[in-house]
Amino acid sequence: MAENILELHDLKKHFPTTSGGLFSRRKGVVKAVDGVSLSIGVGETVGLVGESGCGKTTAGRTVMKLYEPTDGKIIFQGEDISHYSRKQMMPFRSQMQMIFQDPFASLNPRHTVGTIVGASYDIHGIKPAGGVENAVRDLLERVGLNPEHINRFPHEFSGGQRQRIGIARAIALRPKLIVADEPVSALDVSIQAQVVNLLDDLQQEFGLSYLFVAHDLSVVQHISDRVVVMYLGKVMESAPTESLFAKPRHPYTKALLSAVPIPDPRLERTRERILLQGDLPSPMNPPAGCVFNTRCWKVQDKCRSVVPEPVQIAPNHTLACHFPE
Amino acid sequence: MSTFLEVKNLHVTFPTEDGAVLASNNVSYSVALGETLAIVGESGSGKSVANLAVMGLHNPHRTQISGEAILHLPEGPIDVLSAAPETVRRLRGKAMSMIFQDPMSALHPFYTIGNQIAEAWALYNEGSKEDGIKRAVEMLDLVGIPDAAKRVHEYPHQFSGGMRQRVMIAMALVNNPSLLIADEPTTALDVTVQSQILRLLADLQKEFNMAVILITHDLGVVAEVADRVSVMYSGRIVESAAIDEIFYNSTHPYTRGLLNSIPRVDNHGKGTRLRAIPGQPPSLISVPKGCAFAARCEFISHVPGGLCIASNPDLLEKAPDHYSRCHLTGAQVIDIAAKNLAHQDNGAK
Repeated sequence: MAENILELHDLKKHFPTTSGGLFSRRKGVVKAVDGVSLSIGVGETVGLVGESGCGKTTAGRTVMKLYEPTDGKIIFQGEDISHYSRKQMMPFRSQMQMIFQDPFASLNPRHTVGTIVGASYDIHGIKPAGGVENAVRDLLERVGLNPEHINRFPHEFSGGQRQRIGIARAIALRPKLIVADEPVSALDVSIQAQVVNLLDDLQQEFGLSYLFVAHDLSVVQHISDRVVVMYLGKVMESAPTESLFAKPRHPYTKALLSAVPIPDPRLERTRERILLQGDLPSPMNPPAGCVFNTRCWKVQDKCRSVVPEPVQIAPNHTLACHFPE
Repeated sequence: MSTFLEVKNLHVTFPTEDGAVLASNNVSYSVALGETLAIVGESGSGKSVANLAVMGLHNPHRTQISGEAILHLPEGPIDVLSAAPETVRRLRGKAMSMIFQDPMSALHPFYTIGNQIAEAWALYNEGSKEDGIKRAVEMLDLVGIPDAAKRVHEYPHQFSGGMRQRVMIAMALVNNPSLLIADEPTTALDVTVQSQILRLLADLQKEFNMAVILITHDLGVVAEVADRVSVMYSGRIVESAAIDEIFYNSTHPYTRGLLNSIPRVDNHGKGTRLRAIPGQPPSLISVPKGCAFAARCEFISHVPGGLCIASNPDLLEKAPDHYSRCHLTGAQVIDIAAKNLAHQDNGAK
């Protein structure tokens, strides 16, 4: 891969928690993202997976600079944008776009589809050849919607169609990178596949790079070139999709994969499961040492005191574990 | 195994301003003690609506319900759809129980976990409040909540999502019901917690010889726990059979379409295309005259003379104990699917 479109170096995003009330005092911090490094090449899809509360959504939003990073670097096309102001970010906004999980909440109910999709042209002062309306019609057609529906409102569309509207809006300015935060998890199974295929097609056509944030490992496996597994704000393992799914090295990755049910009853009857005990610890008060030590079946004394550093064990394969598989 | 619940020709209609919504259209199914029936379908397919009718949880002023839902109780069969509301109320929690997708909104935020479980227990048992709390501790122990004697005095917000779902299960089972209806019980949970809860439900089912109806959209979950499966589409059951028949010998194009459209973690990687089902389900207000799936069906060209558009096929027994709602025979569907697959593989090469 010639150049990376996006690089994160030890990215951190901590949220202060306060005691509330009139004279609120800082009580502590939630380390939502605590040292995430990854890179995305041109035309590549990187899946960011983990359970709820692991910080994957916060990481995605920090990349978009919807949150100001606490520490670390965000390098977009070779330029360090970590601490750019809103104004400085403007030229980059057209090159990085976001698709959201909830196709109901992410579209303004009082605006027509034409206004929603066409808004980015106005914001960036871009006049597409043939006018905004024609450009929007082309976009709608491209994402599989009827261009005649340009004057309809979001409530007139189904969930899958609304997600297509969100995608049309995201690709309007021909961005280079799209951060997709759980783009298909609110959709029905038969509609999910349609939207996943659409994202595939658009990537081929426009050479897009995706940061695909999701909890559904089967979808991530299908769409990603590489996968980054997060747990409590930290990266546990990061590897090319095939090797990660064929031979996970981190105990957490292994447990996560084994927990995903496979739609194949004969296989399910013989498959051995790793059943993790308990729940995710609170990110307010993460365990000392390796954050996974409270649920890991291979835990030893060292894990409770020493934080395992990410180590490269093969090309593109990093791992943060004292006792890998 | 003896049949516990028998639902026959269940219709549930919601009158709305835009017209009547036929949410459950002539639905029949049954489940035996010790058995797990999975009811699979996408949103709006009617899978929850049918089971809410069995539980007597629809608003009688805004819903029209017809058909039968017979519970085969030790003291004799009773039809819960025609029984007096008071009779059904006394069966709820005792003969049949239900757990829901979102355990946070199903628990009362102002009362402790113990109080809520004890309240359900006190409906059918004589005893003091302390007895109720004692029973709640037993139940919390049973569903694997650590330190139950202490946590019984805590409030729902002090529990995680998975723990809340365990509490819901404890509450649903406190009076040893014979039927448990679980409506998307793990959809709101993370996968590692999901597998804990599914394992727990299976263990409890074995222990108490319960009939379980699992309502879900996740075919992976179905593969893991179900004995039999009914697939719903647009308010109707379109296929119903033992689990292996559904997954390996499906005789309905919609079931096949669903199975083909989901990516699998143990499968090939990037570069393959998902075989999505085109289009979307029809509105329940203007149900098509013919087969509801016709507009999206890739088998339609094999049925002569526009039959699929003109008439809705009946749910027929295509193989022993394997029912399917399609104008094609079971053998035809299996045969065409195999040819399509071979064709696609050739195309890929």
